[in-house]
Amino acid sequence: MASYSTNEFKGGLKIMLDGDPCAIIENEFVKPGKGQAFNRVRIRNLKTGRVVEKTFKSGDTVEAADVVDTPLQYLYTDGEHWYFMHPDSFEQLTADPNAMGDAAKWVKEQDLCNVTLWNGQPLTVDAPNFVVLKILETDPGMRGDTSSGGGKPATLETGAVVRVPLFVQTGELIRVDTRTGAYVSRVKDE
Amino acid sequence: MSPASRTSDSEDWRPLAGREQLLRRAQLLQGVRGFFLAHSVLEVETPLLGHHTNPDPALESWSVCDPGHGQGKGGAQFLQTSPEFAMKRLLAAGSGPIFQICKAFRGGERGRRHNPEFTLLEWYRPGYSYHRLMDEVAALIRILQADPSLVDERLSYAELFGGRLGVDPHRAEPGELQCVALAQGVSGAEDLALSRDGWLDLLMSHCLEAQLGRGRLCFVYDYPPSQAALARVRDGTPAVAERFELYWEGMELANGFQELTDATEQRRRFLNDQQRRASAGQAPHPIDERFLRALESGMPECAGVALGLDRLLMVMSGTAHLDEVLAFPWERA
Repeated sequence: MASYSTNEFKGGLKIMLDGDPCAIIENEFVKPGKGQAFNRVRIRNLKTGRVVEKTFKSGDTVEAADVVDTPLQYLYTDGEHWYFMHPDSFEQLTADPNAMGDAAKWVKEQDLCNVTLWNGQPLTVDAPNFVVLKILETDPGMRGDTSSGGGKPATLETGAVVRVPLFVQTGELIRVDTRTGAYVSRVKDE
Repeated sequence: MSPASRTSDSEDWRPLAGREQLLRRAQLLQGVRGFFLAHSVLEVETPLLGHHTNPDPALESWSVCDPGHGQGKGGAQFLQTSPEFAMKRLLAAGSGPIFQICKAFRGGERGRRHNPEFTLLEWYRPGYSYHRLMDEVAALIRILQADPSLVDERLSYAELFGGRLGVDPHRAEPGELQCVALAQGVSGAEDLALSRDGWLDLLMSHCLEAQLGRGRLCFVYDYPPSQAALARVRDGTPAVAERFELYWEGMELANGFQELTDATEQRRRFLNDQQRRASAGQAPHPIDERFLRALESGMPECAGVALGLDRLLMVMSGTAHLDEVLAFPWERA
């Protein structure tokens, strides 16, 4: 089984901790001049997203987590699972709702997503940073009233609801930043 | 991530320390030399590359082979972790008070406060007690910092642990120290298997160090004999090692001893170090017999201290990362 020594610790390294895959955020080397060295590490649990701190004795080894990031193409969902395909090998992989998280709100068939695999299975799915989606429904809004700035809710084709400016209408395509859920711009239909 | 590894490859030829830091370092070196000139302490040089090295298990020496001997045929030589043994040979030969500014090398040490190659100021004062040497360390820093009102405080190791953590560092068992670490919220302490000294080091580095010497110089002294290193042990209840460390703004800056002058005791400690190295699977280091012969011939009673000049620069310039005071830290060396 692959393992890492504390002296290989650095940001981004993936290790197993208490049975969960984790990523090292920050590694601080602490050593009294004449004494025991330690690594104080901030770690993100990749399953839960929680950040914890942990001290290791320098020189100790920890099990490596078989975690890789790979782009996968989203195919479809049956409501329970989300199906993805590797663009080169055409291998199909299945993500559960836990792994999908927020990405379920944004992805559309054919979208290329960054998927973190743990032991070959999707652990987390990131939607593309920007997606273009059609507005299924939004109030007509008042023409000319562009000053209120408050906007209005719009339901998108994936079911996500975002706030859009009043002048944006049902049937239009908009660009959304999936990291914040914010409307970016209208997109001309090609 | 260290500042040294942050920028792109095309910019990595540049020094990390700005001109202001280079100037500060140059002034610091001049200040140190001026201080010792005024106090009639002789500047010396000793080999950075030696046939022997300190077998202390807490230190990893870089070993190198002389290519002139053919690959590996000349045996390993060592970059020195400090100039201590060689300077003590000078003392035994009657040098009188001496100081040295030199590079020291320690393997596996890299972090916000560590670079595998660093600059040490080390000096020895025959006839001084370690408390008198603490006075001199404080006097030197007041002059370098141009702050005559900088106060210094002294806390024994027992006072520090008793006062801040409510534990007796000379008597507590590993289990009790682990409980203190857990009560202090040291995450991961439940999974660590450490010796007594390991736990004390953990408490010092995780729970105490950051508060030490805020706005003042803080000397911690009289360590457990198991942490004596090369300090003399004073009998008593409890027995203590006459060793001190200086902390300033939460940073360990210096380590000093009432120097062990007893060759028999020194050999016993080396053998103990070697056993600990062997049981930890570390490379064996043969004993430096020249050093022991120097002690046997009679080294004067003295106090000595090593002060990390890079860290001193960090505190004096208020920087958070050692890389900011080094022209070319490890990743750019």
